[in-house]
Parts: sequence; C-alpha cells; structure tokens
Amino acid sequence: MAAEIGFGALFITLIFAVYGIVAAVYGQKNKSQAWILSARQAMILVFPLLTVSVAAMLYLLVSDDFQVVYVADVSSRSMPVYLKLTALWGGQAGSLLFWSWLLAGFGSAVALRKWDRDGDLLPWVIVVNLITLAFFLVLNIFYENPFLRYWQDASGILTSFSQPKGALPIFPSDGSGLNPLLRHPGMIIHPPMQYLGFVGFIIPFSYAIASLITGRTDDRWIRISRGWTLWAWLFLSLGLVLGARWAYDVLGWGGYWGWDPVENSALMPWLTGTAYLHAVLIHEKRSMFKEWSLLLIIITYLLVIYGTFITRSGLLSSVHSFAQSRIGPVFLGFIALTVLITAWLLNSRWKKLQSQHVLEKILTREGLIIISVVLFLGLMVTVFWGVLFPTISELATGQKVTVGPPFYERVAGPIMGGLLILMVLCPLAVWSFVSYRHLGRLLWKPFLVSLIGIALPLWGGLNRWPALIAFWLVAFVLAVNIFEFFRRTRLRRRTENESWGTALARVLKRNQRSYGAMIVHVGVVLMALGVIGIEFFQTETQGTLAEGQSLNLASYTMTYEQLDVFDDMSSARNVARAVVSVEKNGKVLDELYPRRDFYYDSGQPVTIPGVRSTLLDDFYVILVDWKEVTSQGATFKVYNNPLVKWLWVGAWVFIGGVLVATWPAKKKSTA
Amino acid sequence: MKRMSRVFLGLISLLVLMLALTGSVLAQGSDPTDDDVNAVASQLYCPVCENIPLDACGTAACEQWRGIIREKLAEGWTEDQIKDYFVAQYGDRVLAEPPRQGFNWLVYLVPALALIGGVVLLGLGFQKWRQAAVERKPADPSRKAKESSEPSDDYIRKVEEELKERSRSSK
Repeated sequence: MAAEIGFGALFITLIFAVYGIVAAVYGQKNKSQAWILSARQAMILVFPLLTVSVAAMLYLLVSDDFQVVYVADVSSRSMPVYLKLTALWGGQAGSLLFWSWLLAGFGSAVALRKWDRDGDLLPWVIVVNLITLAFFLVLNIFYENPFLRYWQDASGILTSFSQPKGALPIFPSDGSGLNPLLRHPGMIIHPPMQYLGFVGFIIPFSYAIASLITGRTDDRWIRISRGWTLWAWLFLSLGLVLGARWAYDVLGWGGYWGWDPVENSALMPWLTGTAYLHAVLIHEKRSMFKEWSLLLIIITYLLVIYGTFITRSGLLSSVHSFAQSRIGPVFLGFIALTVLITAWLLNSRWKKLQSQHVLEKILTREGLIIISVVLFLGLMVTVFWGVLFPTISELATGQKVTVGPPFYERVAGPIMGGLLILMVLCPLAVWSFVSYRHLGRLLWKPFLVSLIGIALPLWGGLNRWPALIAFWLVAFVLAVNIFEFFRRTRLRRRTENESWGTALARVLKRNQRSYGAMIVHVGVVLMALGVIGIEFFQTETQGTLAEGQSLNLASYTMTYEQLDVFDDMSSARNVARAVVSVEKNGKVLDELYPRRDFYYDSGQPVTIPGVRSTLLDDFYVILVDWKEVTSQGATFKVYNNPLVKWLWVGAWVFIGGVLVATWPAKKKSTA
Repeated sequence: MKRMSRVFLGLISLLVLMLALTGSVLAQGSDPTDDDVNAVASQLYCPVCENIPLDACGTAACEQWRGIIREKLAEGWTEDQIKDYFVAQYGDRVLAEPPRQGFNWLVYLVPALALIGGVVLLGLGFQKWRQAAVERKPADPSRKAKESSEPSDDYIRKVEEELKERSRSSK
C-alpha cells in the first residue's frame, strides 16, 4: 500500500509541475494574473506532495518491506533505524527521489515569498524551477523508479511496479544492506549537504533566467537571490568538507581528496559558484560585468546537472556502460537543450548588458576580483577536461586512460597561490580607484609580520621552497585580515569611545557581508595550511610486526600491543581491532585502535584508521592485514600528516564567516 | 673501509644495470621492503578499482599486483621497468597520468591554452578599457558628473568617496 501511495504522489507531483509550467507561460502570454497565481499555487504544492512520496519510501525502509527492490538493495534487518532512514539516499533511485524532494522544497519556499514587488519575474522563476523538477520526476518515474517490486511468474523473477499478469509477489527474507562505507556519520550528513548545495543554486539560476527573459538589466535578481545563493554555497562547501572528512576517516589511504571524478563533479559547481559570488560584487557595486554574473550562474547550474549526470549515468566507468544506461541519453538531451536555450538568451541580451563603465586599473578591487574569477574558471576548465578526457580518449583511440592527482595538482597548486596573493591585496584595494601609497601604507606592517610564515616552518624543519612560499602567503593573508579588523576596531574605539569588545562587535555589524567574507578568507587560508602540510610533508611507512615490535616514523614510535578478532552481532559485522601505542621522545602519548570491520550482509570490509590528531600533525595508523593467531603478526601502514587538522579548524572558521555574512541584519533607523 | 664499500656499491649497481639491460631475470637476493613496494604501487592504478592507487587498495587483485611488484623488485627491476611491464599488460590506464604522446597531448594542452587564453583576453580587455577611459577623459573632463547622471551610481560613488576620506583621515 505504501508503495502505491508513494508512486501515486510522485505521479501527481509531475502533473502539478507540468500544469504549473503551462499555467505560468499561458498566464504570462495573456497577462492573466489569475493563471500566474494558479501556477504559483501548483509550485507551492509540489513540496508537500513529494513529502508524501518520501514518507512512503521511509516507511517501506523502516518496515523492512523487501518486496520493494530498492529497500532490498540498500537496507537489511540488522541495520539500526537511523541507518534505514538514511538509506533513502544510499542508492540511485532513492537519492534521485531525495534530490527531487529537496528541489521541490526550495521551489515551494521561493513561491511562498512575497511577490508584490517583482511580479514580472515570478512566472519565469516558476517555469525554470518546475521544468527542472519535472525533468527529475520523469527520471524517477520512468527510468529510476524507487517503488519497483519483486514478482514471480512461470518465467522467473520480475521487477515491476504493478503486478504483472499471472505473477505473484515475492518477499525476500532480508536485504543486502547499505554499503558499509556509507554507514559512517560523515556519509550520513554529507549527501544531504551536498544535495542542498546543488539544488540551492537553482534559485539564483531561475532568477537569472527570469531577469534575462524579461530583459531587465538591473541587479534586482541578484539581491533577491543573494541569501539563497549564500546558503546554497555554504551547503555545497560543507558537503565538500564532510566528504573530505569521510574519505580521511573511512577510505583509509591517509588522504582526504583524491581528485576522483565524483569529488570533481562536486567541486566544479563550487568553483563557478564561488566565482559567481565574487563577480556579483562588481555587478552590485559598479554595475559592471553583468554578463559575467549571468554566465557564471548559468554555468554553475549546468555543472550541477552535469555532475549528477556523470555520476549517475555510468559514463565514468566506460562509454559502453553509458550507452547501456537508460538514464544517460535523457540527461545528455536535457543538458544540451539547457545549453542551447541559455546561450541563445544570453546572446540576445548581450549588447544590452554591456556596462558604460570601464575597468581602468588592475589594482582596483574590481580588477582583482575579475582576476580571481578567471583563476576559478581556469581551474574549473582543468577539472572539467580531466574528468571528461578518459571518455574522449576511449571514443577517439579506443584506449582508456587515467587522469589522476598529478594532473590536477600541477594546475591547482599555482592557482591556489594566485588566489592567496589576491586575498592579500583584495581587502585593501578600493573600488574604482588605486593609490599605491595607500596600499603600501596598509601593506608593510602585515608584510613584516608575514615573514614569520617563513621563519616558523624553517625552524620546524619544513624547508621546501614551494611550501615556504605557500606558508608565507598564508601568513600574509592572515596578517592583512587581522590588521584590517584591528585597524577598523581601533578607529571605531577612538571615535566612539567604546571598549574593544563592543567596538569589534559594532564594526562587524556595520558591514556583515564584507567582514563575513574576510572571516571566510581566514578560514580558507587555515584550510590551505592543512593542504600544504599534507601535500608537501606527508610521510608514510609500512611494516609487518609481531606483538611488542615497533615501527618508526617522523619522531614517532608505534608499538603493536595486541589484536582482537570478534563478532559484533548487534551490527552484523566481524571486527579485527588492533591496539597500538604511540610514543614520541620516549614518552607514551596515546593508544590507538585501527580496525577492519567486515559486514556480513553486504560482504564488504571497511578500514577504520586509528588517528592521533594534534594541531601540529596527525599520526594515522591503518591495519592492513593480519596473520592467523599462531604467528601473531599484523601489517600496519602508518602516515604522518603535518598540519592536516587545520583543514577542519579552517572549515569551522569558514562556516562562521558565512553565518556572519548571512545573519539577518537589523534595519538601521538612521540613514 | 668506506672506499671499499663505495667501490663495491658501484660494482653492484653496474651489475644491476647490465642485468636490466639484457633483460635477464636473476634473483638479487635482497628483499624489498613494504615501503619500496608502495613507492612503486602508489604510481599505479589497477583497471578494476577505479581511481584508487594500488598502494591504498585493499582488494585481492591489487594485493596480487603488489606481489608482482615485490617479485620484480627482488629481481632487480627498476621502477620504470615495472611500470612499463604493467602498461604492456594492461594498457596506459594503469598510469596515474596519460603518457605524453600522440592523442594524449590534448589532455595537457587544453588547460594550458584555457589559462593562457584567459590571461590574454583579460590583458586585452584591460588595455581596451584603459584606452576607452583615456579617450573619454579629454573629451569629457567631468566624467564624474556624467556618470552621476545614473542615480544609483551617484549614491555608491558618494559612499565610496566617504570611505576613501575615512581611510585617509584615519592615518
């Protein structure tokens, strides 16, 4: 029954979505407010309707209804309830449903806002939102139906939603369970964040398209969608960081980012989304580069769809599995159509969007921002090309190639350096005006302080010159931003006679957006510290030890104490858990428990490292293998990852910065 | 003593080189460590476990590959020889990057061209914008007045000027 309700709700939502599109276009054409309002009601309703469908799916998962193919694929009796719930996004069909649901949530929320002022944009916002939603619903209904069930007739086992003639339902006794790699807390929150980030960008995109169609050239669309964009961007950033954390904690290779195509497909919209956030500043402040903001948000939307496409269509494994996947060509068609329509729209308005202002100097704030946009785009093109190239190579030469980390790092490193330089200059540069004396006056003190960034690593023995340059730039950005906060707080304290604390709070409040951005930059460079640490100074070793034997790595000594292998039937897994002690300079610091869990239902192992993490470095131990009890030997792989903790510390600062920027400001009573 | 061992080392490496050149597979008797194996394995990708380097992959197939690397190292093969061996067996896809030859050049050229193109376009843009500004100035000395005919800009300009004033006076 729940499956019928779920599928029915899915179908009715599609009808509402299609109706909304038709009503909005018809209402716009005939200038009929009633039709447009009706379309808006339809858009408000899609979210509650899909909620019914999602609730039905959750009910099926929790009630162990293994007749439903999806439930049998991703769940099992032994899984705790919270995992059964999160299995909603543990497989293809379910994650598409989840995706559509979030998309509908954003759509309904936008439809609910007051529309008295920008009524001309409303019908097109509805059309863009509902077309996207309808596309995903079509996928969910006709290609990846999460409500398919198992049936049996004379010819064998069938999967179908409705009962085929002469077939009887069959109920498998248990499901195959969620992929154990996905049972980690990081993986439970990572997909919702990532998806929220992805679908959130539909809002600024739909406003941009509405603005293009109506021919408006003002920045109203950016202002209305600003809050949505920042939240979408925050979620996407969080998704990336959580994914990295998950990789670090679960995948067991000592790193957090492998330039894997799936990671890359989440990174690409982040890169253009970040470029967009920067470009709109120029659009708003100087009403220049309007076409850039439009172009960037369109590319971001396309990359969101493209990202889901390449991860869902089998294109990554090979051209052949793409050809076999039913969903691939549909996606490709949708992307191609969107490219054509948006390109035509942009082209027809291009002249009108040209600004009367000109950019005169590079060292103005707008000049520096434009350079950063180009850098973000350069990295995006590199990643895009790296992800696509194996497919192109297979098509052209018949041979598949791997495009791995060295390829991306060669480009990403220098670009990150360039962005760091811009983060030094940008907060000090002013709009449309350059004064070298002013810049020099603000720069020399932070510059002197930043030399600590070279001295400190040298003293600590980290002495590779590309890393030293990177450390210095990080210190420079930190110094510039902290000096700016200090300078402005001191100014306020003097003029208003306030205490340091009040002055700082008031300064923050006066221009939340710009100070939020500065805090975000501080977060980013702290994260950069972690990246530099692991990229340049990671060391590793591996060895097979008998109990009591030790392994040395980077001033640490690790001793293998014991190993326990036992069954944990509460979660249907076999656990091999080693106990190792970690010493430094003859002092025992910690005991770590690297382990390997083998899940019986899915037949897959998960390697969980033992990690001792400090702000200086991480000591990261993986249990690679162990021998029979008699020989008492176990193989360990050990990594020393300097500074990697700053990646997570920086992420918290980053979140804080976005919150400062988005926090609703009180309306000022005096102008 | 030191000189002796250096001569000895030199002889050994010569021997290894000769063996390598003739392609002979004589056991060297020295056991490669796990780290030696991982150093080579980290640069290889097996065709089954996509995007996981061989040193970090836990599947049986990858373990077998690491075993092969260990054997070859023990036989005195160099890193490049081992990589070539796997390429010959399974194709270019076992390498972390496409080898720089033929069609593969495309993968390296496109990002380079994109970045150079971006910088050149930006440079040309700056030049054009600056020219436009220079041309406009003599004909219209009160450029500010002209621009302030746009109401929204006038406000922004005022705010900006105030900010500039502020930052000057703060010194």
